[in-house]
Amino acid sequence: MESYEARVHSAFGGRTPDAGDPRVLAWLIRRNGLEMAHLSRGSHIGSVFSVAEIIAVLYARVLRVDPAAPKMPDRDRLILSKGHAGSAVYAALAETGFFPVEELSTHYANGSRLSGHVSHKGVPGVEVSTGSLGHGLAVGAGMALGARMDSEAWRTFVVLGDGECDEGAVWETALQAAQFRLDRLIAVVDYNHMQSLDFVKNTLALEPFESKWRDFGWNALSCDGHDVNGLEKAFAWAEGNAGTGRPSVILANTVKGKGVSFMENDILWHYRTPQGEEYEAALRELEAQRP
Amino acid sequence: MRDAFVRALLREMARDERIVLVTGDLGFGVLRPVKEQFPDRLLNAGIAEQSMVGLAAGLAATGRKVVVYSIGNFPTLRPLEQIRNDCAYHGADVKIVCVGGGFVYGSLGMSHHATEDMAVLRAIPGVTCFTPGDPAETEAVVPAMFQTPGTCYLRLGRGNEPHAHEEPVPDWRFPKAIRLREGRDIALLSAGGILVELKRAAEKLAEAGVSAEVVSFPCLKPLDREAVLSLAGRFTDLITVEEHTILGGFGGAVCEVIAEAGCPCRVHRLGLKDEFSAVVGNQAYLRHLYGIDGEAIAEKAMALINEKRTDAGRNP
Repeated sequence: MESYEARVHSAFGGRTPDAGDPRVLAWLIRRNGLEMAHLSRGSHIGSVFSVAEIIAVLYARVLRVDPAAPKMPDRDRLILSKGHAGSAVYAALAETGFFPVEELSTHYANGSRLSGHVSHKGVPGVEVSTGSLGHGLAVGAGMALGARMDSEAWRTFVVLGDGECDEGAVWETALQAAQFRLDRLIAVVDYNHMQSLDFVKNTLALEPFESKWRDFGWNALSCDGHDVNGLEKAFAWAEGNAGTGRPSVILANTVKGKGVSFMENDILWHYRTPQGEEYEAALRELEAQRP
Repeated sequence: MRDAFVRALLREMARDERIVLVTGDLGFGVLRPVKEQFPDRLLNAGIAEQSMVGLAAGLAATGRKVVVYSIGNFPTLRPLEQIRNDCAYHGADVKIVCVGGGFVYGSLGMSHHATEDMAVLRAIPGVTCFTPGDPAETEAVVPAMFQTPGTCYLRLGRGNEPHAHEEPVPDWRFPKAIRLREGRDIALLSAGGILVELKRAAEKLAEAGVSAEVVSFPCLKPLDREAVLSLAGRFTDLITVEEHTILGGFGGAVCEVIAEAGCPCRVHRLGLKDEFSAVVGNQAYLRHLYGIDGEAIAEKAMALINEKRTDAGRNP
């Protein structure tokens, strides 16, 4: 039987995909995300697809991390606060060498290390387990504070969902991080404009979102969350804000379900698992987009 | 206990520079010496307990021991999920300190009565729960708390309360129960600041010719099982007292040990029944009202003793 890894890499015709290229890594995140949701009958594929470029640019271009030394003391920290998109991080870690790609096939399975929401237990490269929303930014602020107390230069990145910003704890930390002048704390919102049951604007509207963050004392910038060059520039901007005394947030405008036409902007794909003809159709669309 | 805690904390902070204190905008005056001696290791997180505890977990991940300080239910029930997910699940070296366990802030009303914290915190895996009975026990357990890795909970009483121990408690060994008074007829057990009421009860009972043993459990979890089983072997009736609901707290923990061991021993739990403390009153008033002051404990003990004597008379 064909291995999991051979199957998800088959579009590369026997060549090893270059996960150091953010476009390739984003594609691999989607391809693995589709396969993992299909095998596990798990949900949240729409969020995995919307966050794909954000995670890809972080691992391919931004984070100072070493798969050979995942606990390296001066590594950058990444917290996926929207833990339900965990398979995106698992895929990025596996494809960049933190653990074997083959293990992704165990996602959701009995006895696996790879729970549906991102887990740090025994998984190299994951700093913090999340799943309940509104936790990650505070933990990241604590890490950034600790780094500053130690005069360390490493950065803390926290990826949030837009729906997650309904949580009061996000805004508690927005106040604290500004008060404590945590300018090596960088938040990224996967702003796919949809949450669990409906569009964000029909649930708890966040706009004017950028000025909300600015009013809380943050540097804020919006960008296209699927444009890897734009994302890279946004991260360079955020890194350049070290010294401003203000934390930074990137509002990455994304499309939920991005990459598969019938999943895009359809709330159904927050929960639905791709099976049968839907799986085949999604696979055809992704394979046609291989960079 | 609050002042004993601050004294012990200052000693530990002098000894270990990794200790950092985060307050939820409370402790005016009490925390002043910390601010004076270790200004770089004191942080006010504001009135934002959820992110205070999450932030503490993140700080702990950078190699620190983080003390989170607040009052009543604010450092426990409010950020409960942050304690469970961010601290305990990650083995974070966060020490949650509550001043005002039970009815300390009695007249402020139900919101300020910490009467479910022990039950809730001890249910979280990996959380070690310290429940010192008086200032002397507080000074004894604080160093042990900092030697205990991972997430801990420290439940304190108030400032300026009477001492139960006449002397300091030297060489306390984690997680041992402490016997205050040896007795023959009945045993009184407690966790937390209610201990002084047990001592008063024992004194009253002594006047009536009843010899009561008094044992404090400054560590609720892990509970000193050997001490419980030893008491269960020596007494037919144990009275547990807690300034807390009787559901799932100290009395419940004692019952678990005794039921699992199959001891032929009855446990009588004194504490708040399944109800809110909705009455206005100070700590002494509420302790009396809810049947956990020295007088009420002594009455319960006398009733049990008389019951036994009557039974013995019927079945000589």
